[in-house]
Amino acid sequence: MADRDFIRQMPEQSLGGERGLLGAIHLDPWLLLLLSVLLCAGLVVLYSGADQNVAVVEAQGVRIGIGFLIMVLLAQPDPAFYRRWSPLVYIAGVMALMAVLIMGVGAKGAQRWLDLPGLPRFQPSEFMKLAVPAMAAWYLSRFYLPPSLSRLMVAVVLVLVPMVLIIRQPDLGTALLVGAAGLVVVFFAGISWKLVGAFLALIGVTAPALWFFVMREYQKQRVLTLLNPESDPLGSGWNIIQSKTAIGSGGLTGKGWLSGTQSHLDFLPESHTDFIVAVLAEEFGFIGVLALLFLYLLIIGRCFYIAVYAQDSFSRLLAGALTMTFFVYVFVNIGMVSGILPIVGVPLPLVSFGGTSIVTLMAGFGVLMSIHTHRRMLAA
Amino acid sequence: MAWGEFKDIHAERRLFQRRIAIALVVVLVLFGVLAARLYYLQVFQHDTFTTLSEKNRVQVRPVAPPRGLIHDRNGVLLAENRPVFRVTLVPERIDDMTETLERLRDVLSVTEDDLQRFRDRLQEYRRPFSPVPLLYDLSKDEMARMAVNRHEFPGVEVEAELVRYYPHSRITAHALGYVGRINKEEMQSVDAVDYAGTNYIGKSGVEQFYEDLLHGSVGYEHVETNARGRTLRVLEEEPPEPGRDLTLSLDIRLQKKAFELLGDNRGAVVALDPDTGGILALASKPGFDANQFVTGIGVKAYRSLSQSPDKPLFNRALRGQYPPGSTIKPMLAIAALDSNATTREKTIWDPGYFKLKESGRRYRDWKRTGHGWTDLNSAIAESCDVYFYQMGVEMGVDTMHDYLARFGLGVNTALDIPGARSGLLPSAAWKRGARGEPWYPGDNVNMSIGQGFMLATPLQLATATAVVANRGEWQAPHMLRQVEGEVSAASALPESGQQDIQLRERRDWQYVVKAMEDVVHGEKGTARRVGRGAAYRFAGKTGTAQVFSLEEDEEYNEEEIRERLRDHALFVGFAPVDDPDIALAVLVENGGSGSAAAAPIARSLFDAWLMELPHGDAEKAVVAGSDTEVASDG
Repeated sequence: MADRDFIRQMPEQSLGGERGLLGAIHLDPWLLLLLSVLLCAGLVVLYSGADQNVAVVEAQGVRIGIGFLIMVLLAQPDPAFYRRWSPLVYIAGVMALMAVLIMGVGAKGAQRWLDLPGLPRFQPSEFMKLAVPAMAAWYLSRFYLPPSLSRLMVAVVLVLVPMVLIIRQPDLGTALLVGAAGLVVVFFAGISWKLVGAFLALIGVTAPALWFFVMREYQKQRVLTLLNPESDPLGSGWNIIQSKTAIGSGGLTGKGWLSGTQSHLDFLPESHTDFIVAVLAEEFGFIGVLALLFLYLLIIGRCFYIAVYAQDSFSRLLAGALTMTFFVYVFVNIGMVSGILPIVGVPLPLVSFGGTSIVTLMAGFGVLMSIHTHRRMLAA
Repeated sequence: MAWGEFKDIHAERRLFQRRIAIALVVVLVLFGVLAARLYYLQVFQHDTFTTLSEKNRVQVRPVAPPRGLIHDRNGVLLAENRPVFRVTLVPERIDDMTETLERLRDVLSVTEDDLQRFRDRLQEYRRPFSPVPLLYDLSKDEMARMAVNRHEFPGVEVEAELVRYYPHSRITAHALGYVGRINKEEMQSVDAVDYAGTNYIGKSGVEQFYEDLLHGSVGYEHVETNARGRTLRVLEEEPPEPGRDLTLSLDIRLQKKAFELLGDNRGAVVALDPDTGGILALASKPGFDANQFVTGIGVKAYRSLSQSPDKPLFNRALRGQYPPGSTIKPMLAIAALDSNATTREKTIWDPGYFKLKESGRRYRDWKRTGHGWTDLNSAIAESCDVYFYQMGVEMGVDTMHDYLARFGLGVNTALDIPGARSGLLPSAAWKRGARGEPWYPGDNVNMSIGQGFMLATPLQLATATAVVANRGEWQAPHMLRQVEGEVSAASALPESGQQDIQLRERRDWQYVVKAMEDVVHGEKGTARRVGRGAAYRFAGKTGTAQVFSLEEDEEYNEEEIRERLRDHALFVGFAPVDDPDIALAVLVENGGSGSAAAAPIARSLFDAWLMELPHGDAEKAVVAGSDTEVASDG
């Protein structure tokens, strides 16, 4: 309480407030610039990945526009607003996840969507990518850090409940992202290395159990395929073989924009969604992918900067978690497309075609900008 | 648990900063892993993946060479290649075959028969990812419907293919043979590389014999394909070497004439050029349309052909083995003269029968009253059986066998006609082996008039007649006249194993030829009616082959069966007598007497060849002109 009261007494002088128009609408110019560069580059690659289908690029443009709108919107409130509402949003989210399991709609044996009367159809699990780290940050930031073991346990349970609900849908990819976002909060809260070690050991022990009791047949197949894609080159191994071929044949400088044979002759599956980085790698080569990684690194670096300079524990933890979620997206996607991780449905953030992830990610950046632009002068 | 405990803000911030630093290290390390992985794929293994990508993109496809064309001696096309649009399915690219076929039936007129053939082809040997044809010869409507609906049928393609077409198929099927879809056994017997793109192979006749020449050499095209195997463009081409065109000695006009003259009869005509052995006409009736065998005949259509009592698929000219009857009397006369069994002057008394012993069985002459005093000339011209009975006994089986073999009986002498049979020229050894019985003197009697065990094909009879026409000079029968780009057919033709027949006295030939001339031009000749009014002199010999000897107590009421038990009518001959242009054999199954059923056909063919059809034999050049146009036999 003292902490917050202290801040309230400070004069209303925002650190970002004097930086022109962008500052006035609470946008961080560096992050904005980096995101814009990434989004534009993404559209260029998407045009090729979607086989020069302008309609796809336009649709993506519309989604980016919506994403921007949400980012600007979410940048406006003070981080304290998010802190206040986190528990409620979290509870609503968990209830929505339960509702999905009971009355959700979906396709291909997975229920992911909730179609409530009066509301647009939405995917509660997507929304939990923000709500879970916010909840964990809210809970842990109430106490001194590093947290005690019992509080840690509570935080872990707070993360595990929605995670398990999402696994049940089943949607392993999203569950992992949500879980990672929550656990990263715990890590940033400062749990001891012993516990980190113990946690990693636990994963090692439970992995076989996951294999036998939790994972579905198709999920197991994906792992097996990763280990030996050539066992079924025309079936489950097709995607990974073709994407590795696309990447590898790109070489150092690539085959040139719109000249990737793997993607344009339809050998590469999902060339405008999950596997779009293979298109980039084929057409722009190793140099092109390095440039993309560098761009991602700059964004992550800027976000870390925001996190480090955040003024309260909640903001720090949330900013750190959102950044790491973004990183996990990048790593898992490129990892799976290049054949070092099993295929899970994780898009390349801000580049892959698909509305939900763009909106969620831009919402996260909105919160980050809110955190950065609502700082006040502190008597340090 | 109390909210708002004491917090060390600075300590928390420092702790957080340390953790962020660690996170940054993790991020950098993992990005490093990604970069290393990409470096490994894109730089280190670049060549491997480039190869894989090229293999994906570019496929090398074999291109079947166009099959060599077949012309008749005047350049009329007998076998050509026609582009046909067909619907093919690549089973490897079709998930649900049953469902796809079901939907295709809405767009195309696919019959049950087509489906059955398609399923049969699915079972046959084929290369993986090679298309299996479902329908041939699409109509314009079907092409349009397929074009519109193409995207709904992954793995289904419409493609053009050159398919063999026989414009005069019904009359040439037995002479040319035909091609058909290559099967597993055939695939193993040919060069797999050269046949990589070939779907058809010669199954019989000339098409089979000259397969090597007609086929040509495979070509290749490098095509860019997408993941669904659809060809997008051709990048590079290595054209195939087309098969060689062949010119046959066959004259389609004479062939057609022979076919027409046989009418509704079952029968065969073989006509050849005695100077060369080249076959001018080879007709077997009924014929069939070989075109339906090319792409695979339907079960029903095949059944109706194979089960027809007229046996249209049976090549009577090459494979029909009949008792030659009196048609071999000229050859036996040569044997008798040369072996001193008789002389040109010797006469015998023919009372209408012949007895081996006084008390023995009577062998009747076809003329019950007998021919009276008869010499060899009238024995041939009037076909006196008793004269030959006596000579046959005199010569014995060994001598007869020896001479008849020199005329090509009992052996297949055809050079390039697969499937031709060798007939049966009996010998004492053969009878012991095959029947387990000794050769009786009575067997000599039967053999002397071409009955008993002896069998010959129309081709053999025509060939033997040509030897007589050539006065002993052998010309083995063959179809090929010229190979495109070669001066003659000699290099492509196998060697003949037959020797010219040298007689002690050469004028014996002339004697026998004169006797054959008297068959048609003599006052008492058995076929004197057909010789009447001829503007040239020709020679011939009638024959009647017994199909079956009726038992006394057997009765047949049905007209049909009686018709089929009637004797086969035969006629062999050549014209003109002095420098023969044509030698032939005519067989009319169940035609009755040779003079009535077979000889008129021969006369018409002689007339046609010598009087109506211009055939410059001296000039070997192939001429194609309006006068060689032949209407297709519908």
